Formats: sequence, structure tokens, C-alpha cells
Amino acid sequence: MEWEAPALVLSATPYGENAVVAHVLTAEHGAYRGLVRGGASRKQASLWQAGNLVSARWFARLPEQLGNLGAELVHPSAARIMLHRLPLALLSSCCAVADGALPEREPHPRVFDGLVKLLTLLSLDAEEAQRSGVVALIRWEAALLADLGYGLDLTSCAVTGEAGELSFVSPRSGRGVSAVGAGTWRDRLLPLPPFIMNAGDVGNPSTWSQGLRLTGHFLARDAFGARHQPLPAARSRLQDMIEAMPVAGEAPG
Amino acid sequence: MGGPEIERLIELLGKLPGLGPRSARRAALGLLRQPQARLLPLANAMEQAARTVRTCARCGNLDSRDPCTVCSDPNRDQGLICVVEGVGDLWALERAGVHRGLYHVLGGTLSPLGGIGPEDLNLSPLLARLEAGGVREVILALGATVEGATTQHWLSERLAPSGATISRVGQGVPMGGALDVLDDGTLAAALMARRAS
Repeated sequence: MEWEAPALVLSATPYGENAVVAHVLTAEHGAYRGLVRGGASRKQASLWQAGNLVSARWFARLPEQLGNLGAELVHPSAARIMLHRLPLALLSSCCAVADGALPEREPHPRVFDGLVKLLTLLSLDAEEAQRSGVVALIRWEAALLADLGYGLDLTSCAVTGEAGELSFVSPRSGRGVSAVGAGTWRDRLLPLPPFIMNAGDVGNPSTWSQGLRLTGHFLARDAFGARHQPLPAARSRLQDMIEAMPVAGEAPG
Repeated sequence: MGGPEIERLIELLGKLPGLGPRSARRAALGLLRQPQARLLPLANAMEQAARTVRTCARCGNLDSRDPCTVCSDPNRDQGLICVVEGVGDLWALERAGVHRGLYHVLGGTLSPLGGIGPEDLNLSPLLARLEAGGVREVILALGATVEGATTQHWLSERLAPSGATISRVGQGVPMGGALDVLDDGTLAAALMARRAS
């Protein structure tokens, strides 16, 4: 049993003195774990950093075994992002969410493609990452929820049935609700940030915060709640960081 | 093989970092062959260390004194604190002899997978030292990993109100390292952290 594929490193847990158990995400095979001998060594440690795109090779005698992983570095996202606070928080958050939310060995090619695009955006241009990284992450989280079967339904208002002009999302059903339909219930609904419906909008810290609360609610309740796990600490820290940003100010470097 | 005492010795040695059952057997044999010259002095040294070594309440270093030798050295620069992840890092910097200030051992880095959150880090004594005044610079010397960098950004934010300059150690090409054999991540970090010469 063996495969070779491009993969994103989601996490690497120390195992023994010199090895790590790496968790990678591939398009064809989904999320896979494998033992990396010497993964914590000086030579290999930089390769197994979360967010790195690698060319991975997994092999085992039987498919149900943990197996062994080896890899060559393709794109060092982690090293490129480390100096920048917000992009690093975004990288940590998306890797931790994918690490905990995706089922093992089940292909999710759209989630993989979306994560590659997101990490490329974060690592290639720091300024662009500061400007539009949070929105890209929220869109990716919405796509992840949809792929896992917990997608938001934003086609029409759940109350009036009319399409367009949606301003809220029901925290129970995940369906969009217009301002008219929300009526007196608006305080109980999750605000829908405009950039979710408008592809060209990069939002601001206030709407980013709304977006993170929106996807965070469904990630916590459905994707992680189904496994009786809390949202990853990296995701919660990102939310705290965004909520602490001045509304009209610039994203901090 | 040689009685329960020897088995116990091998078992305990085998739990040390860098030693497995095979090397533990070799080490035990080496000690037992010269009990007066090796085994008893080692046992005494270990007993003495276990009895006297403790964690320094100021910086988190391991020493037989509290405050530790570094903290109580009046010749060190009291206005310069280097924050490291573990005591091993402190020892490495002391070996290099490049830092003449004080230290603070954080006891780890933020790691969601390792279950290490902000409350698990040894931060309060550092904040107390900064509050007491007299510190002009804090050097963050944490690992060049995603966890290390996340902790650096988080610490920078927490320590900023103190007014002390917050700096971090450089990243890049190691001494004696040729560019063509460096991994892509190190090269990328070195280029991004370049400075005018």
C-alpha cells in the first residue's frame, strides 16, 4: 500500500525522541497520518511545519496501519509567513481547523484546493494577506462546512422566501434571513457580513469579526461538536485578535 | 540476567533521553565494572542534585541557588532579559557566551496540539520583573517554528505596555552554511529577514 501526492502539512506531533506523527491533507486521499522517522531532526523539522506544501509519500504494509510518511518541500508557506502576525494567525487557524474537522482518509478535493489557494495568498504577498486574508479564510471555512454537509443556505430568506438582500443567518438552520424577515428576532440571529455575498468586498475588522463568529458558530456546533471537541485554540485566538482590532484602523503587522 | 538490582538500573537508565535498552545495558555495564570510580560518584552526584537543585523563582532556570547564579550575578546587565523556551536553550546561550544579560524561561510555546495555552506558560514572573522597572529590552529567543513564532507575536503584544524594547533573534543562514545546501524554508526566512549592510 503506497501513494505519492502533493500534500499540505496540517500538524506534526512529537513521537519519541526524534520522530513525529505528521498529519497531512491531500486532494486524492484526504487527511492522512503517518510516522516520520527523524521528523524532529534538525534536517527535517523545518519541512514538517504546519502550512507547508510538500510532495508526500505514504507507505505501509496494510492500508489500516498508521504507515510511514516521507516528503520533499515544495512551498515553504510557514517560513514565509512567520514574521507577520495576522497571516501567521490565519495559517495556524486554518491548519488547526482542517486538522480537527476533516475525517481521516476521506477525499475532500475542494477543501484541499481552497486551502492551497488560501495559503498561497497568505505566503506570497504579506500586504495582500493583511488586506484580504481574513475574508479568504472565512470563505474557505464556509466551503469546508459545505463539503462536510453543514453548508449555509443563502439562496433565499427563510422567513419571506425572497431571494437577495439577506442580512442574517439563522444559528439553528444555517439559512439566510433578510432584514425584513428578521423582525424582532434580529438579536438572536447571526449577522451576515456583506463580503459573503459579494466576491469583490474585502470587508473590515468589524465585518471580519461577524464572519468569524458566523462560521465559528457552525464549526463549533457541527464540525467539532459532532466529535465532542471544542474549536481549536488557534481559531479562538484569531477571533480574539480580530475583535481587538480597531474598527476603522489598519490590520496590525 | 544479573539480579533485580541490575535490571532496575538498566530500566531506569533506558528511560533517559538518548538511551534505549541496548545503550542502557552498555552504560550499566560500564558503571558496574568500576563501582568506586564511576557508579558511586555518579549516585552521589545524582542524589545531591536531586536534593539541592530547584527552579529559580525569578527566571525559571535550574540551579542549587534561588535566585539562580545568573540572576544573582551583579556583573550581568540587569536591563536586558532574554526569553527562552526551556532551560536547554538557556544553557546553549550560556555556552555561546554571547548574552551578558538575564534570562527568563517560558517553559514551552503555545501549542494547541500539545495542549499548551497561555495559562500554562511561565509568564507572570516576567511581567512582575517588567513592572518592577529597570528593564530596557526583552529579547525573544524562541524557536523558528509556527508555534515559536505564534508565541513571539503573542508575547510581543503582552509585553508592549511595559515600554521596554521587544526584539527577536534573527533567522537565516547558519555559520558555515552554503546557500545551495540550505532548505527552502531557511532560505526564504533568511531573504525575508535581510537587512542593509
